[in-house]
Amino acid sequence: MSNTERLRELAISDAGFVFDPLTGHTYNVNGTALAVLRSLKEGATPEAVIAALHEQFETEPEDDIARDVYELVGRLREHGLVK
Amino acid sequence: MKPRYERPVIVRHQVGSISKFGSRPSIRVYDKFEGVPIADLVSAYGSPLILFSERLLRERMRELRDQMATRIPRFTIGWSYKTNYLGAVCRVLHQEGAWAEVVSGLEMQMALRLGMPGHQILFNGPAKTDAELEMAFTKGAHVQMDHMDEVALVEKVAERMGIRPKVGIRVNMTELPTQSWDRFGFNLENGSALEAARRIVRRGVLEIDTLHIHVGTFVQDADAYRLAAKGIANLAKQLRDESNVSIDTIDMGGGFASRNTLQSQYLPGEQATPSFSQYVEKIAAGLDEAYGGAEWPRIVLETGRAIVDDSGILVASVVGNKRLTDGRRAVIIDAGVNLLPTAWWYRHDVFPAQDVHGTAEPTVFVGPLCMNIDVVRDRILFPALKAGDRVVVGRIGAYNVTQWMQFITARPNVVMVGLDGNHAIIRRAETVETLVQQEEMPAWL
Repeated sequence: MSNTERLRELAISDAGFVFDPLTGHTYNVNGTALAVLRSLKEGATPEAVIAALHEQFETEPEDDIARDVYELVGRLREHGLVK
Repeated sequence: MKPRYERPVIVRHQVGSISKFGSRPSIRVYDKFEGVPIADLVSAYGSPLILFSERLLRERMRELRDQMATRIPRFTIGWSYKTNYLGAVCRVLHQEGAWAEVVSGLEMQMALRLGMPGHQILFNGPAKTDAELEMAFTKGAHVQMDHMDEVALVEKVAERMGIRPKVGIRVNMTELPTQSWDRFGFNLENGSALEAARRIVRRGVLEIDTLHIHVGTFVQDADAYRLAAKGIANLAKQLRDESNVSIDTIDMGGGFASRNTLQSQYLPGEQATPSFSQYVEKIAAGLDEAYGGAEWPRIVLETGRAIVDDSGILVASVVGNKRLTDGRRAVIIDAGVNLLPTAWWYRHDVFPAQDVHGTAEPTVFVGPLCMNIDVVRDRILFPALKAGDRVVVGRIGAYNVTQWMQFITARPNVVMVGLDGNHAIIRRAETVETLVQQEEMPAWL
């Protein structure tokens, strides 16, 4: 199963509530993580996700979006949501 | 307008993370201490920074005094120096009427330097030296003896000085709903305490006027104080009846819990810790059971932690973030267990000291020491922090500024904020000079 197929199995609400029918686990994500999940689900690469976040959000100089996205992908991997 | 970016966070729901009392903490921003912006204090005195509130020190001491006054006809509160012997803290408490309770010659010298008269110094502890005892008697301090070898030493010093001082003996009880505290004093139940008192009376070198008991530390079952008061009062009555010994003072020691939460504790301290009123009520109940309407001795209390813990906070700055392999976010701050040894006992409250955004997630706060033991708070839900942000660790007033370690980093400034929002250093930050000035270099190196 590809990452995109796996992420498409998730039920993701607009409020950031995530249900994984494979494991029964539920999660909360914040607005930024929700945007990342949706982009990844559509097959976006991490680089494209980073660029999209820069477009969608008001950032400050000290924000390091690339670091944050790769860290989130790591968290998704730990939860078994991506490979 | 575009929404503000915040770090992406995913938090897995876990059963059991909320207790039935709903004690899941909300995030409270702690940006002022006694009305003074914490950012201003850090600008003036640096980070990390330890702050004490004069107001909270006075209020807690007054609260205890008021509770004692409503139930106990004659009483004295002794300030437990080992809990916090910074001079400014002691002075505030002495101004509120507290005597000095010291457990070493060093602490006795601190009390004398602060101008305490000898007759308002209680000298406890299991290891008093000949010279310290002579200083205590010269100044008129009250000596409370811990073991039989010490009794012999005190008698020797008194005979040499040609005096017959009034002294106390420390008693312990095993039949209390607390952890065993029998390494101090003479045991009540097995007769050691009575035997020690009889021996002192027979020798006639010293005059016993005080019995001292110490129930334990961080005692959360207030009823232990009723049982202890009753037990020691009955010993006093027995000594009066059989040896005509007049016990003028019963020292109930300390041990009241503060509102911190122990690592092993289920309910938060704010809910679980008895109030001063509840503790004092139990002491009075025990005395009433023993004496009834007859005159009670003077009662001494030496509680330290419950008075001073709330009055102090630690301000620290975020150095960086990292992700641990178990998923927790680790936040490295510039203050560790070297300044906060109580982090090993308590789940200290940690607060952001500025506005925060984003979802709270499980976070561990670690200090700057290059040691695995340096964990300030093991697991707390906390929103994202960035380098330079500040956090406040609450209720650190007891034991930290006496048990802190000079280890890897130097100790920072300690500042008191006064009643009018005025503030001043009460202990200067250490520098490398502070540390090396105690060293000597042998000539052959």
